[in-house]
Amino acid sequence: MKDLDLATLIAVFQEMLGWTLWPIIALAVLASLAFLWVVLRDRSLLSRRLVWAEICGLGGGIAAVLIMQAVTHSGFADLGGPIDWLLVLGIFAFGAIGAALGCYALFGLLAGRKQKTA
Amino acid sequence: MSGNEDAVALKRRSLLLGAPALAGGLALAGPSRAGVRTNAKIVIIGAGAAGLATASRLADRLEGASITLVDRRREHLYQPGYTLVAAGLKSADYTVSTTREFVARGVTLIEEAAAEIDPVGKTVTTDQGKRLPYDFLVVATGLELNYGAIEGMDVARIGQNGMGSVYAGPEQAEATWRAMSAYADKGGVAVFGRPPTEMKCAGAPLKYAFLTDDTLRRRGNRDKAELIYNAHVKTLFSVPIVAEKVRMLYADRGIRVTHDHVLRKIDLERRIATFRTPNGDSEQRYDFINVVPPMRAPAVVRNSPLPWQTGPWAADGWAEVNRHSLRHVRFPEVFCVGDVAGVPKGKTAASVKWQVPVAVDHLIAAIQQRESKESYNGYTSCPLITRVGRAMLVEFDYNDNLVPSFPGIIAPLEELWITWIMKEVGLKPTYLAMLRGKA
Repeated sequence: MKDLDLATLIAVFQEMLGWTLWPIIALAVLASLAFLWVVLRDRSLLSRRLVWAEICGLGGGIAAVLIMQAVTHSGFADLGGPIDWLLVLGIFAFGAIGAALGCYALFGLLAGRKQKTA
Repeated sequence: MSGNEDAVALKRRSLLLGAPALAGGLALAGPSRAGVRTNAKIVIIGAGAAGLATASRLADRLEGASITLVDRRREHLYQPGYTLVAAGLKSADYTVSTTREFVARGVTLIEEAAAEIDPVGKTVTTDQGKRLPYDFLVVATGLELNYGAIEGMDVARIGQNGMGSVYAGPEQAEATWRAMSAYADKGGVAVFGRPPTEMKCAGAPLKYAFLTDDTLRRRGNRDKAELIYNAHVKTLFSVPIVAEKVRMLYADRGIRVTHDHVLRKIDLERRIATFRTPNGDSEQRYDFINVVPPMRAPAVVRNSPLPWQTGPWAADGWAEVNRHSLRHVRFPEVFCVGDVAGVPKGKTAASVKWQVPVAVDHLIAAIQQRESKESYNGYTSCPLITRVGRAMLVEFDYNDNLVPSFPGIIAPLEELWITWIMKEVGLKPTYLAMLRGKA
């Protein structure tokens, strides 16, 4: 199985993350489902909540880049070519989208709970 | 690039982890191969990277075979991690796991050393006297570090008095870091080089000169230091285009290069290294030295009928195999993979990654009495670290061609952060998955 296929990627990520791989995937899936549920429940994206989620996303993106640099003992001075900047952008986007999506879902769930309580 | 070359590059990417997202569309795993039924007895000598990966793949593809791994060492050592340990980035235990956790189901592990190979009688004898008859033999013994060939060298003193040696093991790699770090605090003369023999990861000695330069710069002591790299021949690397790039980078970093220098003697007390040169012996005083020992096949292979009989690989006992199938040229039931194989170019984990599936397919083809179409082209790769945070992705084949896995995306001879990420984050899990036959 020399080819780059899904099974290879799962095997490698299992070695990389150990037992935490499946909880991480489960968390990502749950966050996505929660986001969809909140949007469907509200029948729209609420702009005020979205702005706060985007602010959280900004923090998430920055955190993702800084964590990657800390884990790899490197920094911005090590970026050597366009592909490195693209990778930084990719890591930022990954962290930003994940954090924004998760925060929007969380805010929506909390708000929903508050409405019910009220 | 032809469609076929595209497909080959895509295959290579599976080794160079960390960048899977870059690879674009991913194919789902194809249907698993039906197991080949056989009662063949297969013995594998050596449970290092090549031995374990071979055992895993054979166990996956065969049903009913008797597969026996023979290796006395209980620890498994992730050798590509030694450089990171010797750079002070990882602790020694980063490279240590156990052999047993990677032994595939259905494979028998005998924790004894192979003492004798009889390819005529098709038998392996262990140091405890156990006789293991085989139908097929896979020799994956790795190689032997021949420190004894350097007069005055004492492995027990690695890390002391400015002497390091990254290769000897995890503890020695860590001790080398301590010696190099102490040197970087003061400066002075640092001496690097490589042996004249075949060796594992020929990029490693070059990397360590780069890393020492980087450590000195980070400590603000580069102007107090002189770095000398002693090449054993007239080039820095066997692949000309890579040698030229390293030459330019060394010039940029102020690392002086001398050629035709082979370390033959070391005075550990007086810190003097003696090199054999075309003009006689040359002595170099050092404050720090990274000793890279000559390397040869282990005694069990050297003392068997398996080595080359003539040519450049005969003296050190490398096994005489067909370079494209890894099958022994005189004993067709024998395959030799990994460091022990007498083939040009790399003795690296990347070589293992590419050799093992080919050798396994040829072995199974022999069981099935068919011809295998698999062929190993000499592919190997080296994330050549040029400083902490940057590396060059160097991939090449038997013909000195660069064979980039990400053409147009990751330039092979550029110092890049993404290549460093691959080395530090992606390589070890890919290697471990390879041991399980899954990458």
